[in-house]
Amino acid sequence: MQPAEVRLDGIGKSYGEQWAVRGVNLHIRRGEFFTFLGPSGCGKTTLLRIIAGFVFPDEGTIYLDGQPMNHVPPWRRNVGLVFQNYALWPHMTVFENVAFGLRERKVAPSEIERRVMETLKQVDLQGTENRRPSQLSGGQQQRVAVARTLVIQPRLLLLDEPLSNLDAKLRIDMRIELLKLQRDLGLTTIYVTHDQEEALALSTRIAVMNGGRVVQESTPRQIYEQPANEFVAAFVGKANLFSGKVLQADPRVIEVQTEDNLVIRVASSASAKLPERGDEVLLSVRPEAMEIRAAGTEPTGANQLTGHVAASAYQGSFVEYEIQLAGRVLKTYTINPKGRALFQRGQGVVVIFAADDVVIVRSDGE
Amino acid sequence: MAFLFAILIAFILYPILRVLWIALSDETGNLTLIHFLNFFRRPLFREALGNTLVSGLLVVVFSGLISLPLAYIIARYEFRGKILLQTAATLPLVIPPFVGAVALQLILGRSGMVNLLLMRWFDMTIPFMEGLTGVVLVQTLHFFPFILLNTVVSLSNIDPSMEEMAQNMGCHGFRLFRRITLPLMLPGFIAGSLLTFIRAIDDLGTPLMLNYKNLLAPQAYLRITTVGMDDVDGYVVCVVLVVLSLISLLAARKYLGLAEYATVQRSAPVTRRLHGKKLLLVWLLCGAILGVSLLPHIGILLLSFSKVWSFTLLPTAYTLGNFAEILFRAPHFIKNTLLYTLLAAGLDIILGAAIAFLLLRSRLAGRNLLDAIATLPLAIPGVVLAVGYLRVFHGWDFPGLGAPLTSSWVILVVAYTMRRLPYTVRASYAALQQVHVNLEESAQSLGANRLKTFAKVTLPLISGGLVAGGLIGFVTSCVELASTIMLVPRIELGPISYGIYIYMQSPLGRGAGAALGVVAILLVSLGTYLTHRIFGGRAGNAFRI
Repeated sequence: MQPAEVRLDGIGKSYGEQWAVRGVNLHIRRGEFFTFLGPSGCGKTTLLRIIAGFVFPDEGTIYLDGQPMNHVPPWRRNVGLVFQNYALWPHMTVFENVAFGLRERKVAPSEIERRVMETLKQVDLQGTENRRPSQLSGGQQQRVAVARTLVIQPRLLLLDEPLSNLDAKLRIDMRIELLKLQRDLGLTTIYVTHDQEEALALSTRIAVMNGGRVVQESTPRQIYEQPANEFVAAFVGKANLFSGKVLQADPRVIEVQTEDNLVIRVASSASAKLPERGDEVLLSVRPEAMEIRAAGTEPTGANQLTGHVAASAYQGSFVEYEIQLAGRVLKTYTINPKGRALFQRGQGVVVIFAADDVVIVRSDGE
Repeated sequence: MAFLFAILIAFILYPILRVLWIALSDETGNLTLIHFLNFFRRPLFREALGNTLVSGLLVVVFSGLISLPLAYIIARYEFRGKILLQTAATLPLVIPPFVGAVALQLILGRSGMVNLLLMRWFDMTIPFMEGLTGVVLVQTLHFFPFILLNTVVSLSNIDPSMEEMAQNMGCHGFRLFRRITLPLMLPGFIAGSLLTFIRAIDDLGTPLMLNYKNLLAPQAYLRITTVGMDDVDGYVVCVVLVVLSLISLLAARKYLGLAEYATVQRSAPVTRRLHGKKLLLVWLLCGAILGVSLLPHIGILLLSFSKVWSFTLLPTAYTLGNFAEILFRAPHFIKNTLLYTLLAAGLDIILGAAIAFLLLRSRLAGRNLLDAIATLPLAIPGVVLAVGYLRVFHGWDFPGLGAPLTSSWVILVVAYTMRRLPYTVRASYAALQQVHVNLEESAQSLGANRLKTFAKVTLPLISGGLVAGGLIGFVTSCVELASTIMLVPRIELGPISYGIYIYMQSPLGRGAGAALGVVAILLVSLGTYLTHRIFGGRAGNAFRI
């Protein structure tokens, strides 16, 4: 079956006084891996359930392949779904679980047998068909849930935090498996998660959600490198945020004076529209963009701030330092310096970062 | 531990084994099956066994038919008046079946309200209450809530994503119910049915009140009380009853174990609101159920205030005399009930907590055996336990009592305590299971010794469960008839249930018996209400073992 495209047009759903989602406009293209990312309660699962047909929207229209779907029940949508808890039926064997959707579609028994076995092989579960779900490990159960959905050849795959019940190492392995599977099948996929790493690793595009609204919709790189606002900057990855006033703004460089009286230079390309002198702005700098040198080093970058090491955490592939400045603490990641010594707690340092690495974001107040 | 074992062996295991031994041995003390062969050779007993099985099954089937749609409505729909339906579902629990039997006689019996009307209008009568039909009718009306509550619990325990997934796969409507919902709730439903079956075959009061003797429980009772304590047939009947109950109990536990596997991990199931025609239909259904399940209550209330009520639709003269009789002339029935049942409930709480603590917090060998013996009373009909007690404790002076145990009221407290022990053991076990060991270990590492830890951390956390278990024991002991009528040493030592039975024997005493019935209903309602307050929405769990 050809993968579907999905269009959400002004979708809203309220529970009593509370809007679970509101004013959501999205276009998910054929073959995309699209992620709804946000904290719990942001409305991402409600949105997924609206697409699956378990929840009917109060406002707006949902289109699958151009067809309005608002009041089509779940069993007529031919949309695959994998739940966080897998929802494998405990009273059926693995085979029966996977065969369920085919039986509902009145597929011939020999054909069912063939397709179930083929799909089980695809997810590397040959030989488990006569077991009960409770006899499988968490990772195997997860793959049964995926197989059960794939076997009906849905036009759209919906995944509701499918990896969050797995332990950390397995989660990363399954992430890659899922990625390969989706890219091979070219299946339009909508993925719901609160895990920003997962979202960045898997998606072709991400919609970051907060308070029932989509706050930014973009590619993983753009979400991370050009967060649209304070919420996205803080939720996706770590960010050092500075609020301040524009001192000087010309096409070459923008200078911002922060609340704690630091002056930070920002590349003028960081913002589509050049801010005016005196504008209130919020700046974001990622921890890995900050370089640390021992105090007294010759100035090399556009921005350098002096302080001392307040804490250091060795993480293997990188070292996390917290640098105490006059009025605030900066978070920085330094790639493992290999042979060289680490900075010690209390040691005076200079934090250096380029004007290109500073992003102007909208503050949440606006 | 040794003390607990001593108590359980003396008052549960040994009396049962004595009954078993008498049924299985000949005069010379050798093992024999001859008594069982004789049992099956006698048409009377074959018939009693057949009747017991048939009536038990019919009660289960009819209860199931009432419960299934009601359970589905309660678990899956929101509508105005739902609380009424839920109340209606617990009402039968507060009226003892033998009291209900009397009340239903007045309404549906040969010369009851309904048949008098039928006679007047259509010149016909329907024998609702004759023979086995009456027993099945009374028991169904009384026992269906047990199946209902179990079914509601299983239904609401089904993870909603199980059904959503099936819908997503293209399955819906009745097909969804048949392929997913029904199989997932079936274990709970079957377990509830089996427990109801045990209660139905265990029920001595209803057949006695309806004067239908050809069932196993009344046969055992009649054999022992009229033919005599040495009549082997009585013991054989007892053993047959125990075997039936035990098989049902074991099967029920197996199914309950199965029922756990599909329980919720996520939020409560989605309930839908009912509107329009469907709502009307549900209201009609609720009204019908509520009406029928209230019949016994109405009947007994009318009777308790009636001076004369025979061959008329309603009583012809009203009086408060019945209440005067039981409150002032014969107040001992109520006093005895309170004394016995509160003592038994208190003992049950202590024993139950101790056993649960050993089960969960100790590694002592034999604790599982302890659990097994403590659970055994669930499968021991009251008649059988009473027969065992009579056999074991009759004719020798119990230490510290100066008389045989069976000639003192203490025997009733012992019987109630042992019969209800499984409830407090389960309740304490469940409560203690909720208390993570880490909570206790934290207290100990902060300097509290074992005793202090128990008093300051464990006890406050499990007290709700303990009290709830005790309340269930209290409620059910209040209306315990089977072991009571066999064990009451003298009439003035009898509790309410015995009083009702005695009063009901004479037409003149019926009013006073009904007044006692009203008191019993009030006591049970109070206990049930308190249990609900403590257990909250999970009150249904109290009736699953």
